[in-house]
Amino acid sequence: MMSLLRIQAIVIKELIQLRRDRMTFGMVIMIPLVQLLLFAFAINTNIRHIPAGIVDQSQTALSRVLQQTVAATSMVNFTRHYHSLPQAQAAIDRGDVRAVLIIPKDVAQRLVRHTSIGFGLPPASDEETSRPIAQWLVDGADTAIASSIKSLRNMPLAELLDKPVNRNVPTFEVTLLYNPEQRSVVNTVPGLVAIILTMTMIMFTSAAIVRERERGNMELLITTPLASIELMIGKIFPYIFIGAIQVSIILGLGHFFFNVPINGSLWQLTFATLLFICASLVLGLVISTLAKNQLQSMQMTVFILLPSILLSGFMFPYEGMPEVAQYIAEGLPATHFIRLIRGVVLRDVAVVDMTFDMLWLMGFTLLGLMAAVLRFKKTLD
Amino acid sequence: MAELAIDANNLTHKFGSVTAVSSLNLQVEKQRIYGFLGPNGSGKTTAIRLFTGLLKPSAGTVNVLGCHLPKDTESLRRQIGYMTQKFSLYDDLTIKENMQFIARVYGLPPKEQKARLDELISIYQLEKLKKQLAGSLSGGQKQRLALACAVMHKPKLLFLDEPTSAVDPENRREFWEQLFDLCDQGITILVSTHYMDEAERCHKLAILDNGIKRADDSPAQLMADMPANVIEISTDNLRQLKQQLIALPEVVSASQIGAHLRVLINKSIVDPIAFLKHSRIMSSKAELNIVRASLEDVFVLSTSNKLMPASQVSKAQL
Repeated sequence: MMSLLRIQAIVIKELIQLRRDRMTFGMVIMIPLVQLLLFAFAINTNIRHIPAGIVDQSQTALSRVLQQTVAATSMVNFTRHYHSLPQAQAAIDRGDVRAVLIIPKDVAQRLVRHTSIGFGLPPASDEETSRPIAQWLVDGADTAIASSIKSLRNMPLAELLDKPVNRNVPTFEVTLLYNPEQRSVVNTVPGLVAIILTMTMIMFTSAAIVRERERGNMELLITTPLASIELMIGKIFPYIFIGAIQVSIILGLGHFFFNVPINGSLWQLTFATLLFICASLVLGLVISTLAKNQLQSMQMTVFILLPSILLSGFMFPYEGMPEVAQYIAEGLPATHFIRLIRGVVLRDVAVVDMTFDMLWLMGFTLLGLMAAVLRFKKTLD
Repeated sequence: MAELAIDANNLTHKFGSVTAVSSLNLQVEKQRIYGFLGPNGSGKTTAIRLFTGLLKPSAGTVNVLGCHLPKDTESLRRQIGYMTQKFSLYDDLTIKENMQFIARVYGLPPKEQKARLDELISIYQLEKLKKQLAGSLSGGQKQRLALACAVMHKPKLLFLDEPTSAVDPENRREFWEQLFDLCDQGITILVSTHYMDEAERCHKLAILDNGIKRADDSPAQLMADMPANVIEISTDNLRQLKQQLIALPEVVSASQIGAHLRVLINKSIVDPIAFLKHSRIMSSKAELNIVRASLEDVFVLSTSNKLMPASQVSKAQL
């Protein structure tokens, strides 16, 4: 028979302890605040201002206009000029620049014969007459930078000559829903909710039981009529509110500072978040019953946190990962929550319509709670 | 025979290959203060944990307040109070908050809670301290708080595991007065200690050593039944004399107390003074007197390997 009075006793005790523990209390507010500002600004998949060099073998007005046209895309910043190719190559080796644009001597001839200009109508497939007008040399180690420069390959050149563009009709028309301006924060901020909750929620409860044991309070608790399920529920309960506060901070700041839309209803958002908060807290409790001291519980938290950041779909799309990684990702609560919260916040989907992820989180919470209760024994042997 | 609060038969507990409590037979009558006297590591704490259901016995049976352990552990927990050896309340909660926590955990109805807290605060003189964090209290204050919390739910049986180890003599006296008050109200108390003066206050006493009960009776009876005489010797060169005396098979123990040597001699020697005088190691100037046995003598004798009196052996192994 569960007793509300005993659960209440634990909840009140936890709240008092939390209030006195300024470090933890500060973490509740500071972690979401600092991480939001850091990540929202820092994680950006639209790469701009790549430091680049130039080797201008042509030295004509045309080559300088070409340079300015490329610079105007703000994809690259031309910071250095080099006289020769070997010099430019050495600069890339040293890391002075990430890419070099080489404009050949015959840039003017190449340009007039270029298919996009359309002078004289040479056959487009004739490589003799139609060649690229200049070359990029890129430090291709970083795939993101490489693909940014690659996107310059088909840059329109009409501005170079006062001539109307010979419009290319694209093969496909692409309509971007939910984030038409392609701002990464829109995708990052909801995902950040999952990461920050994973970090703080698991950390709070993973220390919960171990700390009682380390400080010698466990000996007192186990001599009382307190049942382990009451202890577990009492330990989780205060942190549900703390999780809710953190989510409000992240999404609130994201909405007002970074203009992240919240398209779904707040009820759906609350529901999805509660599911995940409970799952994370329970995961922390399970860790707490496994760990022998607070250091161990911390290590195990990090062990969960890293894959949650890398595999959950927060940083890289789930679909792009190899199958094994996808299986691992399926085992992490954060993966399912990121699907739910992006669904609710960006696409206005109801949580119940994402049945699998919803049931997964519920099931995880129940099973985890059972595991924690069973693992926690009220004896000393 | 009076009603028993604790009835243990052949109770044994092993931690791996180490036997912490070995075939313990113990009968504690209700409304008594029962003492566990023994050195560190003698199995006092383990025995208490077995009686409270915190450990499951490896062998033997134990019945506490009519509850068979470990089966009825949960129902027993509402009837017992346990004060742990190490302070186990919350350092970062105030006295009042700690007491409220305990009251709620034991399910005291909110209406009774306040009255009970006020009562305990006044009995244990915590009025001025109630807003202080428990971590900042002195040893004596912590122990008063721990006792107040242990009796919060009016237990029938109270376990105190070395309650006074961090307490000064003044507070210890006070503490024992409170224990007798509790006993007077009908509570049975089992207290473990390694202080002789404390053990002497108990109604009944068991001496534990290496997990084995060496003796149990009232302190007075234990002293009266001691199978050795106590001789006090005053002379010069006590250190050397002590070494020579210990070498004799009839001498159970010799220890220096100030300017005397306190020597325990097997009771089989009818006239111990004559025996010592004729042993030739004693100088003629030495003064020898038979003195009254103390509890410490009983303790030394029962835990000594040199002499294990036949009567005690059979008693312990019953």
